[in-house]
Amino acid sequence: MTTATKTKMTLVQAVNDSLKCAMRADDSVLVLGEDVGPKGGVFLATDGLTAEFGEERCFDTPLSEDGIIGVGIGMAMNGMKPVCEIQFQDFIFPAFDQIVSEAAKMRYRSGGQYTVPMVIRTPYGGGIRGGLYHSQSGEAYFCHTPGLKVVVPSNPYDAKGLLAAAIADPDPVLFLEPKALYRSSKMEVPDEEYIIPLSKVATVIDGDELVVFCYGAMVPVCTKAAERVKESRGASIRVVDLRTLMPLDEEAVLDAIRECGRVVTVHEAPRFCGFGAEISALAAEHAIEYLEAPVKRVTGFDTPFPNTLEHYYMPDTRRVVDAIEEALDF
Amino acid sequence: MIQILDPKGNQVGTPPNVDPKVVIRMYRAMVATRQFDDRAMKLQRTGKVGFSIPNEGIEAVSAGAAAALDASKDWIAPHYRDFAMALFHGVKPQEMMDNMFGNQDDHARGRQMPVHFTFTEPIRWLSISSPLGTQVPNAVGIAMAMQKRGEDGVVLTSFGDGSTSTSGFHSGMNFAGVTQAPVVFLCQNNQYAISCPVEKQTASSSFAIKGEAYGIPGVKVDGNDVLAVYDAVKKAVDRARNGGGPTLIEALTFRMGGHSTSDDPRRYIEASVMDEWAAKDPIARFRVYLEREGILHPGDADDIQEEFAAVMKEASEVAEGKARPALETIFSDTFKDMPEHLKAQRDWCISHYSSRDESVNEKGEFPL
Ligand SMILES: Cc1ncc(C[n+]2csc(CCOP(=O)(O)OP(=O)(O)O)c2C)c(N)n1
Repeated sequence: MTTATKTKMTLVQAVNDSLKCAMRADDSVLVLGEDVGPKGGVFLATDGLTAEFGEERCFDTPLSEDGIIGVGIGMAMNGMKPVCEIQFQDFIFPAFDQIVSEAAKMRYRSGGQYTVPMVIRTPYGGGIRGGLYHSQSGEAYFCHTPGLKVVVPSNPYDAKGLLAAAIADPDPVLFLEPKALYRSSKMEVPDEEYIIPLSKVATVIDGDELVVFCYGAMVPVCTKAAERVKESRGASIRVVDLRTLMPLDEEAVLDAIRECGRVVTVHEAPRFCGFGAEISALAAEHAIEYLEAPVKRVTGFDTPFPNTLEHYYMPDTRRVVDAIEEALDF
Repeated sequence: MIQILDPKGNQVGTPPNVDPKVVIRMYRAMVATRQFDDRAMKLQRTGKVGFSIPNEGIEAVSAGAAAALDASKDWIAPHYRDFAMALFHGVKPQEMMDNMFGNQDDHARGRQMPVHFTFTEPIRWLSISSPLGTQVPNAVGIAMAMQKRGEDGVVLTSFGDGSTSTSGFHSGMNFAGVTQAPVVFLCQNNQYAISCPVEKQTASSSFAIKGEAYGIPGVKVDGNDVLAVYDAVKKAVDRARNGGGPTLIEALTFRMGGHSTSDDPRRYIEASVMDEWAAKDPIARFRVYLEREGILHPGDADDIQEEFAAVMKEASEVAEGKARPALETIFSDTFKDMPEHLKAQRDWCISHYSSRDESVNEKGEFPL
């Protein structure tokens, strides 16, 4: 019998650890992107990979996102398991065509004869004084792309297990890493490889008067808000971390809506056509008879992302508390 | 490779015929840039600004190129490492420092990260975008509009060696070749794209040679020799203005420090390489020449350095003291006319944050 050892680590270290586990277990796993080699990535997510696995398996590419994703697709079609890093999610757009037109549609258009088992990892979100091009949350563009999976971890444990699942997945997965949480806290993470299945939500706090749906960097914000409301008025608030946005665990989402009857959705991305709209529509279509208050959306504004005033743009605990209270008092 | 001054400041080519007043402006812009960098580094180290891009080692590329332009009709579509282009043309250090702090007087209204400048005066300077290479086809479009409107301006667009791998570079070059638009492409080859060395960026024997595929002449100059840069860019600008079409210029230089104030180049560049290039400093070389020619008198160079150290210190103090932009600026300029839903969000935001004492976390660290 072996006792499972654990190590305390940050979210970005957990990503690094997950990559190492996957690369040790499977020679076909490769890491490519800008500055992922000797520098170890600008956030150090790929630190030490070139040293351990060589330049054959973790390498710097020319500065071209469409190139990175385009060759990633080709390698994936021919037996490799590429994990492509896009330095900031804001810089993924040159590769939008490769992702939307090629990676996401390959299986469909070839009648399942060709597939793209590839992972695209990229840091997203605000809170680091990155202004309008180092802060965006673009998940909605990608969730609207049939054929592409979209995963967003919110803590070190999930990051390691979800990334392992993404790498093992037979389809292309966009793995959005909340950079604001990269080093915000540490958590015990098992040393050995483990998988957290995609398309399964996690209930962070249980409760039955209202449910808050969130993901990524908004999870700690929502958890704090729920605790505050519990303290101030004893309300029982459930916080659900969606973890995989596409394909969404619809059943779990609807169960939570039916059990709680009041719904708040939270994301950093702009409101219009944001992920909160999808949750809201699900509630309206399938659970309207259970709703005791209108669905509330707490989101970034429908503007580009500012710099100096970023903390006024992003949802914070206060804004979430307000929405929870409004829904409770409806 | 075109060279007029060697690294020791010896004259090895024929200097361009240029007014000594302009020559002094180039030198002053280079020194001003280095003093700006020095101040920005201090501001970043003390947590007053989150980020800056050092220009150390690149000053001659920007100053030499800027001097070849006519501010009354030409445009600049710059790389972010081009502070000396702005300072040469008389952009006030205060305007740049206001951007570093993202305060209420920042032209970008605090929306952009530091060093993402935007100016219309005294020269049209395309608002800098972080996504690399995007300015290149934009520059070509501005030049195509000049052709269609019968203007005799020229657009100078600059970019790093890494940026030549973007599709923006390639489509811009191709369109310019086809349309013969009045553009000068300036590649600042500082040999690294963050940590990625040029050998991993391209298998071409140079960046200048990339012009050939697009039917555009390519020229390579010593980018640490401001006179050589000026000479090459001036010839290209004159040719473009006279209907002769675009030119690609590669200026070979070296980033003497980190990619940004947050980057540690020792992780990926050998110390010996750093030392080798420190000995090719573009400012030191130019100073030797200017003193030998009697354009600078003994003591002048030190005075200029002190003058700009004081200017930058003061500009940063003033910028630091200014208020941040109003909440309204989160919403304005999204469209010319604010749609109703944005007006509602604006009104909500203003009332939300003014109705309570909100201790909003203003910290945040930029990693790169
Ligand atoms: C499209 C895009 N991808 C990635 C980045 C992140 N990034 C910022 S600077 C940089 C390197 C740029 O190298 P180069 O063009 O040579 O300019 P230099 O910094 O050397 O002046 C990278 C990869 C970006 N800004 N835009």
